Amino acid sequence: MSDRHDHDGGHHPGPLSPIEARVRAIESLLLERGLVSSDAIDRVVSAYEKDIGPLNGARAVARAWVDPEFKKRLLADATAALRELGIGGLQGEHMVAVENTPQVHNVVVCTLCSCYPWPVLGLPPAWYKSPPYRSRMVKEPRAVLGEFGVNLDPGVEVRVWDSSAEIRYLVLPERPKETEGMSEAALAELVTRDAMIGVSRVAGRR
Amino acid sequence: MNGVHDLGGMDGFGPVTRENDEPTFHSDWERRVFGMLLATLGQGIYNLDEMRHAIERMSPADYLGSSYYEHWLAGLERILEEKGRLPRAEIEARIRDLASASPPPLAERSNPELAEGLAQAVQVGAPSSRGKGRARFRAGSPVRVRKMNPSGHTRCPRYVRGALGTIERVHEKFVFPDANAHGRGNRPEVLYTVAFEASELWGAEAGGRGKVYVDLWESYLEPARSRKSPQAPSSRDQRELSMTQNPKP
Repeated sequence: MSDRHDHDGGHHPGPLSPIEARVRAIESLLLERGLVSSDAIDRVVSAYEKDIGPLNGARAVARAWVDPEFKKRLLADATAALRELGIGGLQGEHMVAVENTPQVHNVVVCTLCSCYPWPVLGLPPAWYKSPPYRSRMVKEPRAVLGEFGVNLDPGVEVRVWDSSAEIRYLVLPERPKETEGMSEAALAELVTRDAMIGVSRVAGRR
Repeated sequence: MNGVHDLGGMDGFGPVTRENDEPTFHSDWERRVFGMLLATLGQGIYNLDEMRHAIERMSPADYLGSSYYEHWLAGLERILEEKGRLPRAEIEARIRDLASASPPPLAERSNPELAEGLAQAVQVGAPSSRGKGRARFRAGSPVRVRKMNPSGHTRCPRYVRGALGTIERVHEKFVFPDANAHGRGNRPEVLYTVAFEASELWGAEAGGRGKVYVDLWESYLEPARSRKSPQAPSSRDQRELSMTQNPKP
């Protein structure tokens, strides 16, 4: 896999692949036109590689598990509740949180593109953006969830949220039973990205 | 448009394949595409709806045969040309310049103001809500999604068109993508989260209890009991019959 030196130093040892050449051509032309800058690109890339990721969502979930009043606020107005924790921004301007219970399992998809709540989960994994996930989750959610290892009782209602507009969804997973007495920080470590998309449950131990 | 991007309900793609410990980006060119798109979008050279529509206009074979950041690249090239910012001929010429065993390094340029502005935009976001509006429907109201097949951009997925649903939640007015993608302004409309029974969307193939929630703008919807429904009565009756055969939980 190529690394940052491809771009930073231009010390690429050999010829560029077709896609690398195409991207390099466009970047050089946009730089010359002043439409992008190297530092602007580096800065946003770094933000999503280093700072913005599922730890944000996990903090919010753990807070909701230990603080019933915060949970109420999260379910009533997730955008405002997340702001209390300093979480918000691009692709999270209009957040809605949906709660998993023993009777209801929520899961999120974007059938039309790959809309995803960036401020709470970071950038989406490839499978979330792939045609199999986008096509199948709305039609056969139980089968897809089964492939992810979530086998639901027939009595459980599946709620699939297709983010077709600018609302972004966060699944509030069920708190595992064997976690009584755990600290908020320890709970946050249990919460995975997949559980907040709704394709996984939170396990009691990692 | 009835494009290849509108994947909901399609069959034949096989299982969802996952990668363990997937990195945020798989190669450096993905980083550059991501950054270039955010930087040009952030400067208002085009809007998000125009970008989405640029991607949707990829040829179906190309769309399905390429990765997510290749979609972004294709969209970026198309929109920059359409906006008169970067002719494709120049891109092709530059690619020829780079075709050597040791291509010239990229001449970097800094613009601290742009970098700072973009970092701020990431933190603050760009809300597309436009305040409270007079809502035609209320939570709990039955609605039917209009039969529609616009050739331009829309965020009304094919699999809900013509289907009967229930208003789950009334939102504020939001920028209307069908207009905003085509230079016709924001035209904000009230947005709704609409709940559909799985059996209403998929018939007998719907496996088990379930609902699908889709966020839809007001003009995509019509009252479910309206006599002026453009849909033929016979097919509507059939739909309602199928609803009664699949009792709600």
